[in-house]
Parts: sequence; C-alpha cells; structure tokens
Amino acid sequence: MSTELPRLAPRIDPDTAAFWEGTTRGVLLLERCPDCQTVIWYPRGGFCPACGKFSAVTFEAAGTGTVYSFTVVHRGLGEYAGVTPFVIAYVELDEGPRVMTNIVDVDPSEVHVGMPVRAVFHDTGEGSALYRFAPAQRTGA
Amino acid sequence: MTIKRKAFIAGIYEHPRREIPDRSVAQIHAEVAIGALADAGLTLSDVDGYFTDGSTGFGAMSMTDYLGLRCTHSDSTETGGSSYLFHVGHAAEAIAAGRCNVALITLAGKPRTGGGGGPGRAYAPENAFEGLFGMSGAVTGYALAAQRHMYEYGTTSEQLAEVKVAASLHAQHNPHAMLNKPVTVEEVLASPMISSPLHRFDCCVVTDGGGAVVVVSPEVARDLPRANVTVLGQGEAIKHSDNGRIDLTYTGGVVSGPRAFEEAGVTHSDIDYVSIYDSFTITVVETLEDLGFCEKGQGGRFVMDGTLVSPGGKLPFNTDGGGLCNNHPSNRGGITKIIEAVRQLRGEAHPAVQVPDCEIALAHGTGGSLATRMGSSTLIMAREAA
Repeated sequence: MSTELPRLAPRIDPDTAAFWEGTTRGVLLLERCPDCQTVIWYPRGGFCPACGKFSAVTFEAAGTGTVYSFTVVHRGLGEYAGVTPFVIAYVELDEGPRVMTNIVDVDPSEVHVGMPVRAVFHDTGEGSALYRFAPAQRTGA
Repeated sequence: MTIKRKAFIAGIYEHPRREIPDRSVAQIHAEVAIGALADAGLTLSDVDGYFTDGSTGFGAMSMTDYLGLRCTHSDSTETGGSSYLFHVGHAAEAIAAGRCNVALITLAGKPRTGGGGGPGRAYAPENAFEGLFGMSGAVTGYALAAQRHMYEYGTTSEQLAEVKVAASLHAQHNPHAMLNKPVTVEEVLASPMISSPLHRFDCCVVTDGGGAVVVVSPEVARDLPRANVTVLGQGEAIKHSDNGRIDLTYTGGVVSGPRAFEEAGVTHSDIDYVSIYDSFTITVVETLEDLGFCEKGQGGRFVMDGTLVSPGGKLPFNTDGGGLCNNHPSNRGGITKIIEAVRQLRGEAHPAVQVPDCEIALAHGTGGSLATRMGSSTLIMAREAA
C-alpha cells in the first residue's frame, strides 16, 4: 500500500468553485456543452473551448475510468518529498477527458496502462477534496 | 510574406560557466548580450530590437531598462525553453517588416545556485488540476509521455539511453560541459530511477548560465564579418491539453516542422546537422518522429546504432553535448540549440564533432511539458553570406 499522500488545497476561482464543492460531497462534476455536446476538462465555469460559448452545464461523472499513462515517482519535491514512491497518472474517464491524478490504494508496481480505476476523494479541510483513483475492483472503503 | 533569407545570424555567445553564484541573473543577461554582440562586431548601442523570455521581471521591458537599450521592437514571447527559437523567427519577421535591423535575443538564469526567476504560474488556469498531485518537477510529465510511447510503440529504455550515449560522446570534447564523461547504455539503465521509466541519465543537467544570439537584416549583415548564416524558415506551434483529450505520444513538432520545411524549401535529406531539444531522452525520440526524420513510433529504433553520433551517424545531433550533458541554462535549452547549429554552419564546432561541409542545419525547441502544454519551434538555417 502506498503512503498517505499530501492533501494540498487548490485555489478556488469563480470558474472552478462548483467543481470543488462537488468533490467535498464525493462527486466528480464535469461540464458538458449543450450545443456541441463536448465534455470539458479542465473545468472552465461554463466556458466551452470547443465552440467558444459560455453555456456548458455540469453533470455528475461516473467516477470511473482507465489508466492512460502513469509514472512511479521516486524523487518527490516539496510536500511530496517524503512519500515516494507514489504514482502520478493520466486517467481517461468514461466520459472522455484524460485527467491528471494520483493512483492510490495499490502497490505502485501493480499499476499499468489500461488498469480500471474509480475515483476516491481526499478532503483537504479547506472546502475541497482531491480526486484520486484506486483500482476499480476494490469496492467499498 | 516569408522570412526566407530576410535575416542573418550575426553573433552567438554561450556563457562558459555552469555555476555562477557571484552574478545576478540580470548580470548574466548583460554578459551574454555583450558576448554575442562582440562576436557580431556590434555593441549594445546598435541594438534596435530586443527579445527575451518572460522569466525576468517584466521580460523585455525590465531587461531593456537594465541593459540600457532603445528599441523600436520588443518581444517577450514565453514558451519555456523553446522561447528563443520562437524569438529568432519573430526577429526575422520584424526585420523583414522593417521594424528593426539588429535584434538581440538573451537568456539567463541560475537554477543551480539559486536566485533565478521563473514565470509566475500561481494564477495559471490549469494549475489546480495539475499542481496538486506531486508533478512539481518536469521529469514526471516527460515520464508520463515516455510510458505511453513505450505502451503504444514498444519503445524501450535501451533505445532512450542511446540518445544520452550519443550526447555524452559529443560532450567529452566540450571543456565547458557539465558532464563530459562518455556513458554506456548499461550505465544509463543503472542510474537511479527518478520517475519511471526515466532514469537520472535520461534527464538533462541543471545549470546556471545563459546565451545570446544576434539576428540582423541583410543590409547590416553585409558589413559584418561573421554574419554568414541565414534563416531559411521557421515554424511554431503551441500544443496543449486539448480540452482533456491530450495525446502524450506526439509534440507540437508535427505542426512546426512541416511549416519550417515548407518555408525553407528543403527536405530532410538536405539537413546536415540537427540540434534537437533534449530536456529528456524521450523528448528527442518523439521530436525526431514528429519532424519526419522517421515514421511515427519508430524513433526508438531510429536512434540505435549511432544514428545521432558525430562524426559518422546518419543524423548528427547536439554536438555540444546538448542539454543532457553540456548545458541547460535556467532549465531552458533553446538558445544553446541555436548556438551549436550556428557553430556547425560556421565550421566552428569542435573538430572532433564538426560535420563536414555542414551547409543546412535544423534547430528545434520544446518548451513546457510533453505531458500538458508545450511551445514547439523549428528553425532551419543555412550557411550563406548576405
């Protein structure tokens, strides 16, 4: 099992406030443009970079996806210096976007491209929770 | 409008030191500016166009003040380590448009001994979605790209190591190189894993220093003794996270490369030497594919068997030792890519690595990260008097 990772809090801006509020409830909120149907990442508070309109609406993502790529970090910096080895990955969500994240609750040597994962949320105590991903077959807490 | 043959590289200078605790970043800018202008046969008072990145205060505004310049054109385009390859293209455009005649480009920084600047990223919109997961160093992003490239194309760590081996063979002839001992594939693989699959020897060096380039109009070039390299073409692109659809297996070189070749009117077989941005070994492999020197996915195989080694390789690269061994001043390797390409075209590279009859050279920069967003610029130059 990996060490508990740092829970750094994001700066919350007008365009990301709804997203981070969702994470505190254990929900991954994505934005979809009603005009072009594009699912948007990262959150832009309604702005759709695909068609240039401020019309996107939020919806709850399934919270599941697969590992698109990953790296096992052996030299961490800052708050991450003491928690190596840990895994940074791009997870491709079932809704399409590839999001940067950590893979947790698994031995880093077992992580592989294509691995099914599900979102877990680590509360920062500052009005947000970090979305990380754990192997999907591990259901329950 | 084209920039082809509209501008000439008149002067170059690479700071000889790799640790500079006794100078400020601004002083290093001044040292390299004076050095490149002296190489050109010019002085600071001749400069009417100034280009630098956005890492020192207000970029060109702060440094124009410090250097005492009076310019009719300035540009602080900030694309990380590739900024200076953008700057050469932009300088040539400005010269072609009659906005300046003597363009000075400078880079300086001190990541090794401290006191350097760096662009402000606190308010970058992407920050909260990338900066909280431990990806504080560049290597982790390039490792993500390398892992995916290996997954899709079967690229191996041994193949990546060949890039470092070639750079180290060149660096042994450079007395200023940070690392000047040749290494083997086995030594690269035995070096500590930093961020899998990248080892320490897959990573560039961290150095203080800087460099400068002087770009001039044909009219100015005719009166200068060393202005015998002309700009044939340049292409640029910013490739980004693409609204969450990022593909880690290619770079902005897929856009910048073809545009540069088209403007220059040359083909791959015309290129005698390449400077390829080598922040990490994977950067070189992906870039060579994207510039069309080999098929997509074949970069790993392409760099085997000494392809990149000078002399003798099919495509000699980074004969100064590159960022992997020689110098990566301010964590930015773009200016040294230009400088070594100009040395090759002048016939002034180290004799042990000089490409015979080097007439056309390509320099390519990759700034930012393969894993998020990058600025890519491809510059093609030729040995040619004004």
